[in-house]
Amino acid sequence: MEFLAQKRFAAGCVLCLLCLAVLMLAGCRKAGSGQSAELIQIDGSSTVYPIIEAMAEEFQIAEQGAVNVTVGISGSGGGLKKFCRGELAIANASRPIEASEIRNCQRAGVNFIELPIAYDAITLVVHPHNQWVQSLDVATLKQIWEPQAQGRVTRWSDLNPDFPDASLNLYGAGPDSGTFDYFTAVINGDERASRGDYTASEDDNILVRGVANDKFALGYFGLAYYHENSNQLKALAVINQQGNAVLPSLDSVRGGAYQPLSRPVFMYVNTQMLQQKGVRRFLDFFFAPKNRTEIITWVGYIPLAEATYERVLDILNQERTGSRFRDDAGHVVSVEQALHLL
Amino acid sequence: MARLRARSRRGPAQSHNPMPEAAISEALARRKRRDGWFALAGLLIMLAAVLTLVLLLAQLLVDGLPRLSLEFFVEFPSRFPQRAGIYSAWIGTLLVMLVTAFVAVPLGVAAGLYLEEYARRNWLTDLIEINVSNLAGVPSIIYGLLALGLFVNRFSLGQSIAAAGLTLALLIIPVVIVATREAIRAVPRNMREAAYAMGTTQWQMVAHHVLPYSTGSILTGIIIGLSRAIGETAPVITIGALTFIAFLPEAPIGGEFPYINFNWLDAPFTLLPIQIFNWLSRPQTEFHANAAAAALVLIALTLCMNATAIYLRYRYRRRVQW
Repeated sequence: MEFLAQKRFAAGCVLCLLCLAVLMLAGCRKAGSGQSAELIQIDGSSTVYPIIEAMAEEFQIAEQGAVNVTVGISGSGGGLKKFCRGELAIANASRPIEASEIRNCQRAGVNFIELPIAYDAITLVVHPHNQWVQSLDVATLKQIWEPQAQGRVTRWSDLNPDFPDASLNLYGAGPDSGTFDYFTAVINGDERASRGDYTASEDDNILVRGVANDKFALGYFGLAYYHENSNQLKALAVINQQGNAVLPSLDSVRGGAYQPLSRPVFMYVNTQMLQQKGVRRFLDFFFAPKNRTEIITWVGYIPLAEATYERVLDILNQERTGSRFRDDAGHVVSVEQALHLL
Repeated sequence: MARLRARSRRGPAQSHNPMPEAAISEALARRKRRDGWFALAGLLIMLAAVLTLVLLLAQLLVDGLPRLSLEFFVEFPSRFPQRAGIYSAWIGTLLVMLVTAFVAVPLGVAAGLYLEEYARRNWLTDLIEINVSNLAGVPSIIYGLLALGLFVNRFSLGQSIAAAGLTLALLIIPVVIVATREAIRAVPRNMREAAYAMGTTQWQMVAHHVLPYSTGSILTGIIIGLSRAIGETAPVITIGALTFIAFLPEAPIGGEFPYINFNWLDAPFTLLPIQIFNWLSRPQTEFHANAAAAALVLIALTLCMNATAIYLRYRYRRRVQW
């Protein structure tokens, strides 16, 4: 008798759990509008993610559920790998596509259109109590971050005898991030060549906290993270080729004065997928004059100049495929050079 | 070891000329003091661990509680921290757990049952046993990599709910197997023999006696396995769970015939841990509050599941008496 009761209880338990699950699922029925909606799959860099997320959100609201958009964060490399297998409509990347990735795309028969969408400015930051340094030039930055500096440049006074004789605590992007690739390329002259004895993190919030709590810190990360924490950080100006000390800002980045640390970020669009109405509408929405400046500024990035956007739209509308952001040696070129605006 | 032996050798010699009483009580007091010190040290270590947990929880509560509201559960992710919610995340978590449970429970329980009741003791069974216990300790990201190659690419399931559910099922099957075996092992031998004496077949013995007696412990093991799976991030990130998804999969229960569909298995998804991870990496601190609130939901879910497990264990312990 007791066995029976036990069995019944066990069966009851299982049944209850199932019912609960079914009820919860039934609860989400009303939103099951996904039956016939077109799906746009986007994946790629976590740096570009906030822009794409904001655009996708606004776009879906505007389309009222006719088109669904998903956005992932597999990183620039991971996103482009999927893209070149033909799994994505759009890949976003915080660096231009590489030659090996282009070969992968070609092998799979994927043609793509390369669209620069905004700038990110890598920002150099120190603790707000740091009074001894206002700006740095590229040579000094190289002296700090190049691989040979490891274990040798460890004190502020190593850079300049006027600086305090205190340890130089470095915070920077981790080797899995596009920021790291770009910073090492333009500062150390060699992509991915960097000293290793610094606090490295792919999570910029950790870097923010590190620099904000360390009087002798020097760090670099994306501009959006500086803007959100500007009360606990101090940005350094970077001395560009013309010899001017320039702080990162909308004008200095757009005008090309904040060099070499401002970089374009990209969307790569699969040409075949462009035949889908939804993808085309998403791109039209993205590059609508109001959206491209307002939304991109809102999420903390810097929109391209209006003239530059017109050139980008030309590329899109004429469906001109291929990449133009690396020179023959594989070095990244500026937006102006790439789009022949100079 | 050597010291112990030396002491025991000295032991009998001492019994011939006993210590003075004062010395004995002094030695006793010393030992009691030592005991006391150890108890204190243990208590302090325990308090440190609990305190850390309490502080973490308190921090989460302070950060996250103001964001917890009904809307938080029915809003999709958004660029506005105040408007963002975890709708797609908790539905995704629920559906993935459903797949995980449907796959891991029958497989795990059946495997445990087979190993414990049916399998002959030979080198093959030993090999399987060693592998199962080893698998229970494999880092979860390894399962993610396996699933990426096998489910996502080879079986071309893509980044779907089915792929994620299967991945997490792989992860907890060893846990379920081990729990099932332990539960079955706890059923006394004489119960089995009594059943055989009444002329039952082996299956009847298992189905009518062994399984009902061990249901509570098996369920406990299953729930503990599921509550491990619910917080897993690494394997689902590896197979490519999405971060922004502002629509729900097609509902499994429909209004018209055949009322049930399986299209949702193929749908893209996101999960609570991934949503938390994403919000934490945002520059705006308001998003960090969202992350704290979502973490609270996840902790509450895990706690609920563990509480159910404890309750079931308690209930069955009371009812089954040998």
